[in-house]
Amino acid sequence: MSHEAENKLPTKLWGGGRSPFNVEYGKLMMWIFLLSDAFTFSALLIAYGSTRSSFPPAPVHEAIAFGSHVHEGELAKYFTPSTQGVQLAPGIQPHWPSPDLVFNHFPFLHGHHLPLLFVSLMTFILIFSSVTMVLAVEAGHRKEKKEVAKYMYWTIAGGIAFLSCQAWEWTQFITAGASLTSNPFGPVAFADLFFIVTGFHGFHVLSGVVLNIVITSNVVRGTYERRGHYDMIEKIGLYWHFVDLVWVFVFTFYYLI
Amino acid sequence: MSNVASENMHHDDHVHHKQSFISKYVFSMDHKMISKQFLVTGLIMGLIGMTMSVLFRLQLAWPEKSFPIFDTLFGKWSTDGHISPDFYMALVTMHGTIMVFFVLTAGLSGTFSNLLIPYQIGCRDMASPFLNMLSYWFFFLSSCILMSSLFVQTGPASGGWTVYPPLSALPKAMPGSGAGMTLWLVAMIFFIGSSLLAGINYVVTILNMRTHGLTMTRLPLTIWAFFFTAVLGILSFPVLLSGSLLLVFDRSFGTSFYLSEIFIDGQALANAGGSPILWQHLFWFLGHPEVYIIILPALGITSEVVATNSRKPIFGYKAMIGSIMGIAGLSFFVWGHHMFVTGMNPLAGSLFMFITFLVAIPSAVKTFNYLATMWRGNIKFTPAMLFGIGLVSLFVTGGLTGIFLGNAALDIPLHDSYFVVAHFHIVMGSSAIFGLLCGIYHWFPRMYGRMMNPQLGYLHFWMSLIGVYMVFFPMHFMGLGGVPRRYYAFTAWDQFAIWNDMNIFITYGAIIGASAQLIFLYNFIYSIFWGTKSVQNPWQSNTLEWTAPQEQIHGNWPGEVPQVYRWPYDYSRPDAEADFVPQNVPDDVVPVGWVHAPKGKKDDKI
Repeated sequence: MSHEAENKLPTKLWGGGRSPFNVEYGKLMMWIFLLSDAFTFSALLIAYGSTRSSFPPAPVHEAIAFGSHVHEGELAKYFTPSTQGVQLAPGIQPHWPSPDLVFNHFPFLHGHHLPLLFVSLMTFILIFSSVTMVLAVEAGHRKEKKEVAKYMYWTIAGGIAFLSCQAWEWTQFITAGASLTSNPFGPVAFADLFFIVTGFHGFHVLSGVVLNIVITSNVVRGTYERRGHYDMIEKIGLYWHFVDLVWVFVFTFYYLI
Repeated sequence: MSNVASENMHHDDHVHHKQSFISKYVFSMDHKMISKQFLVTGLIMGLIGMTMSVLFRLQLAWPEKSFPIFDTLFGKWSTDGHISPDFYMALVTMHGTIMVFFVLTAGLSGTFSNLLIPYQIGCRDMASPFLNMLSYWFFFLSSCILMSSLFVQTGPASGGWTVYPPLSALPKAMPGSGAGMTLWLVAMIFFIGSSLLAGINYVVTILNMRTHGLTMTRLPLTIWAFFFTAVLGILSFPVLLSGSLLLVFDRSFGTSFYLSEIFIDGQALANAGGSPILWQHLFWFLGHPEVYIIILPALGITSEVVATNSRKPIFGYKAMIGSIMGIAGLSFFVWGHHMFVTGMNPLAGSLFMFITFLVAIPSAVKTFNYLATMWRGNIKFTPAMLFGIGLVSLFVTGGLTGIFLGNAALDIPLHDSYFVVAHFHIVMGSSAIFGLLCGIYHWFPRMYGRMMNPQLGYLHFWMSLIGVYMVFFPMHFMGLGGVPRRYYAFTAWDQFAIWNDMNIFITYGAIIGASAQLIFLYNFIYSIFWGTKSVQNPWQSNTLEWTAPQEQIHGNWPGEVPQVYRWPYDYSRPDAEADFVPQNVPDDVVPVGWVHAPKGKKDDKI
């Protein structure tokens, strides 16, 4: 901006008349929104943690079965998927299923026991889309319109790929008999929390993809070029990284632990 | 940096703008108009909530008396002039929801944050006027949805304002668990949206848009209070959002987050694995900060009004800021004291108890600072000042019973008794209402350019104070006597018969208090149109909002925004001519540093 405006600013950071963080209001708003959204997700993850801890953990033999790469037929000895839910003697609580045994499918590799391979791929895709987002932000600093658009396309592609993977994983889980009211692998709470937590996260990714598309179209139409800066890319970038970070927590708590 | 400058200039462009009726009065983006919208909506909701309380007080006082008018007014909710038990529960629930969220959260914070943040920090409008407008309309929509639940066939939500499952999670549990409860949740989700949009805006505006020279330690205490109120809302409402989301799924999609081993009519439900206590944790993680969301703005307003009307600097300015911070910080670690009877781990209970007691420290700091500010001040007993003093009185009374209830050993017998009702109605209900009224009387000239009638104000104050104490003070004794809350009538229990006269006494108090509010409403509406015109700075106050011209313009100040040279509490300075030095008076007119009075008699010192 003009030199005079710069000179008029007071010297003290917190002295008024300027932003103490040297950011314009929109970016600060995004940070604060993300802070509040972090609490939204924390509440869901805490609900997950407290519900899960009220169930007995998966017994050791199940974990061993997973560790020794047994054939799927042998796994049937330990649990029987059925749409009726787990039949247990009264008074015995079903144990929390091991995610390794629930999410062990991979497209086109049916019949192989590939625990968490697919969700790892999803995670990789989402993190990779964060990398391209960083590159878009960086290109924005250099005001390279074409490059910004290029990396934004990659980010959008990553987001869509992630959502598609999630759709496949949900389908897989649902065709195995899971729903909001039944879960063939164990307690129904496992399925409920899976759909809520990953669904709420997926909703965030979806919103992010939509916003990315809007912003990319602005980039292509030169809106930010005329404005003289690509701050909007940074703001949406913050959101995108946040959604990515949340996924890391979801992945850790829901799949790994 | 340059963006900030351009952003500020961007606001300057908006100063002279032709506006249509819709953009000026309805979808307004001007903080002053949005503030009035919040105020009017909040007052209407307050009137509804208050009327409900009078209705159920009539039932409690005269459970056997017939009021034929009820049959006409409420149709099937009333038989033979008695409101039905279901309707009674609905009234209690809606009274709580309306008062806590719609009046004292949105109505109080929405009105005064919107009015005062831009004015007192010397900027032209909120950081994002658009989000500000959106915040009001979310709130409006939420109010409409909540009100619409009064008209569904099964009635509004009636499981208490805390909507504990399973009553709230099973649509067939009771009439009020049906569509009314769904509407309650939908309304609440919009409300949370409104609160988040508003809170983010307030925080960013205060941080980024203070005028030149307005450092954080020169901010009026109102702004500090609004700032931490917004922070509390930003961090606690999302948790209720998540909790409500899970509740929606439990109600409508058969999940079991809050449900386990439930029988209805001897029939076992399929739900298993959830815990109703989870809802209590999620709810009270919001719920406790929420009571500070309600009281902090009221305390901030009182700080400003008490200092102005005592013609003295606020006592312990930095201690006031520290105590606001302390209250805000502690509020996130005390939610368990609402849940002592859930059978929590005694260690957890002890920790919650200890942290709860710590809240007494900053609260006492604030109380003593108010008293010390008034001490030997040249007090102007304006209606606003009376309500400020009333708030301090109520804050002490209610705060002391908080120490009773914070103690798990005492809370367990007192829980769900009228003692709890007395405690929270005094400490955060009535005192926040007093803060709201204090603010309205004080800033009415700023909002409408006219004065409210002080005589009616005094009448309003004294009737309100008497009403509040008549209603809530006896409830302590009822609670200690074991009278449980949320009972439709006590006619079936002989042991409560001794409280019948007390219940009648309380209801008379409620009628006195409610009539006082009608006087206020008359005064408010009359003064908007026909009150005497006010001067620019009627209370001779120091803060920046009084430096803006009487005529309200978009952008607040014609020309440059004022610069700030000093803190806002330079009252009765011996080295200044007037007894107040507004914040925009430069250093060379009155030195910024406090110059003590020349040595003399001790009594001359302030």
